[in-house]
Amino acid sequence: MRLFYENYPFFCVFISLLCGILTTLIHDGKKARALTLAMLAVCAVLNGVVCFSTAARGVSFTYSMGAFPAPWGNELRSGPVEALLATVFCLVMGFSLLGGEADLKEDILPEKQNLYYIMMDLLAASLFALCFTNDMFTGYVFIEINTIAACSIVMAKDSGQTIVATIRYLMMSLVGSGVFLFGVSMLYTITGHLLMPSLFPAVTRLFRTGAYQYPLAVLAGMMCVGLAVKSALFPFHTWLPTAHGSATTASSAVLSGVVLKGYIILLIKVMCRVFTPEEIGSLGVGSVLLVLGACAMIYGSIWAVREPHAKRMIAYSSVAQVGYIYLGLGLCTTAGMAAAIFQIIAHAFTKPLLFVSTGGLIDASGHQKKLYYLRGAGRRCPMAGVGFTVGGLSMVGLPLLAGFVTKLVLGRAALAEGIPSWQMILSLTAIAISSLLNAWYYLPAILQIWKGGEAPAGPGGEAYVHGPYEACLSFRIAVVCMSVVVVLLGCFAQPLMELITRGVALL
Amino acid sequence: MDINAILQMLHANRFEAASVILFVVGLGGMLFNRSLFKKVVSMGFMDSAIFLFLTSAGYVEGRLAPIIADPAVTATMEVYSHPLPAGLVLTGIVVSVSFTAFGLALTQRLYKKYHSLNIDEIMMQAQKSED
Repeated sequence: MRLFYENYPFFCVFISLLCGILTTLIHDGKKARALTLAMLAVCAVLNGVVCFSTAARGVSFTYSMGAFPAPWGNELRSGPVEALLATVFCLVMGFSLLGGEADLKEDILPEKQNLYYIMMDLLAASLFALCFTNDMFTGYVFIEINTIAACSIVMAKDSGQTIVATIRYLMMSLVGSGVFLFGVSMLYTITGHLLMPSLFPAVTRLFRTGAYQYPLAVLAGMMCVGLAVKSALFPFHTWLPTAHGSATTASSAVLSGVVLKGYIILLIKVMCRVFTPEEIGSLGVGSVLLVLGACAMIYGSIWAVREPHAKRMIAYSSVAQVGYIYLGLGLCTTAGMAAAIFQIIAHAFTKPLLFVSTGGLIDASGHQKKLYYLRGAGRRCPMAGVGFTVGGLSMVGLPLLAGFVTKLVLGRAALAEGIPSWQMILSLTAIAISSLLNAWYYLPAILQIWKGGEAPAGPGGEAYVHGPYEACLSFRIAVVCMSVVVVLLGCFAQPLMELITRGVALL
Repeated sequence: MDINAILQMLHANRFEAASVILFVVGLGGMLFNRSLFKKVVSMGFMDSAIFLFLTSAGYVEGRLAPIIADPAVTATMEVYSHPLPAGLVLTGIVVSVSFTAFGLALTQRLYKKYHSLNIDEIMMQAQKSED
């Protein structure tokens, strides 16, 4: 007898696709927005129920679509980790939409507002599918849906800059998905399977017999590189700062917080459910991911230090934070995976908080985007200032905030027994240098927004700031909720880490 | 290994070899061409290469498409080639076509705005208009 909650993953994908279709009929932006937010709330509850039920029983389950049995039919699968991540994604998307409301109204034409929410619905559907899918080709198809929706929300603010950013994003994404698809095709021609449960024994057998060793290394590399390009791992990150820095606030928040993570989840599934982490390590792919992750952590921070544009600075910080995730994955151990998943959740809340608060600070400074003009913005809009401070300090790694726990669990995973010493030294050095660099650019930015005195004037002496700024209610709700979650993640990380560790074992 | 053996191996894997060459041509074109239009065309090359690779995996020389025209004849598996890769390729083609359309629409938009197809020139102009 199937337990009823096992239907929920399918419901989530279905509801979000259905909302996307219904939204095409709604021409009123406000109603479309309400529908999308309601859909996200419902999906968050459904995924939360799945997470708690599976975690309480310590099980994972498979849901065969249309009741076709395994080798023919398509399957969804969920355990605590997948459902937890899906819940996080719903919440973050909802908060980002709430927090970016003011900018959305300004940046997008009123008659096109509903189109923006269609893309959000599709994005949610593809993220759920990436979380829950058990089939490589379905994964590929939803990667592409995700890409097209993500590109559309970048170009929603219809300026020359954003269209240029979109086309660069599109080209890099297509390179990534092409390489990934080629890897999947090779795996399919070797094993004859696309479903992960059937692939796993086939790949294990290949490793045991030692057959097809080079093709396996090549295709594992291609899948990892393909997904790494899409999730902006150094040196494939070149598209990210312009795309995330120039889009409207809600888009930047969703892209940085959620979209990058969708691809990483598929990568985690490939590493755990098609191969095993040890096999990926033995192919040498793990070491490559580790080194690139460490480079990203340092390189992204260096560029963030040099960036005068506030949103682009935060976007470069995303490059560094994605590096943390890949560092955890590259260790190729269960602890490393768990640390990477914790970082996914921590960053999913912290980065949108930063983007949303920066959006508020920029609005309070007469739409000036350079950090120089944000002087005293925290005093003009205290809510945004507090959000930025909490997010920035979390990125630096202040104890009791989410970013600190990430660094702690990553460091612990790197110090575990069985990790080669060069990997251990590289990881710890990268974490140390990156934290230092984070402090170097976040602390001055935080001081800058709380500075007193007159707001800076433009080059011609013109004043950008006219009177005090009143943030709208939804912005306040979003910033308060995300700040609270960042603090909670930092203070009560232990139960969550236990849940993740048990969930990774069930993957 | 002598040249004959290599040639024989290439002949036996001619579809795979052709698709890898096409794939690299497409990938290089997407990364290094400066013209947006050529980038979109290169994307088509890359996707076609993957489709060639997949279809050749399902195709068996001398076998038929798995369609039972006459219900009276009992079907045996040995007569037919593998239909699943063709299904995958169909899905892939749909994805590829929609991305080509999206890419071309963006290119057209940029051309109307900046009167150029060269990505470097467009980026320079966009940068200027921002400052």
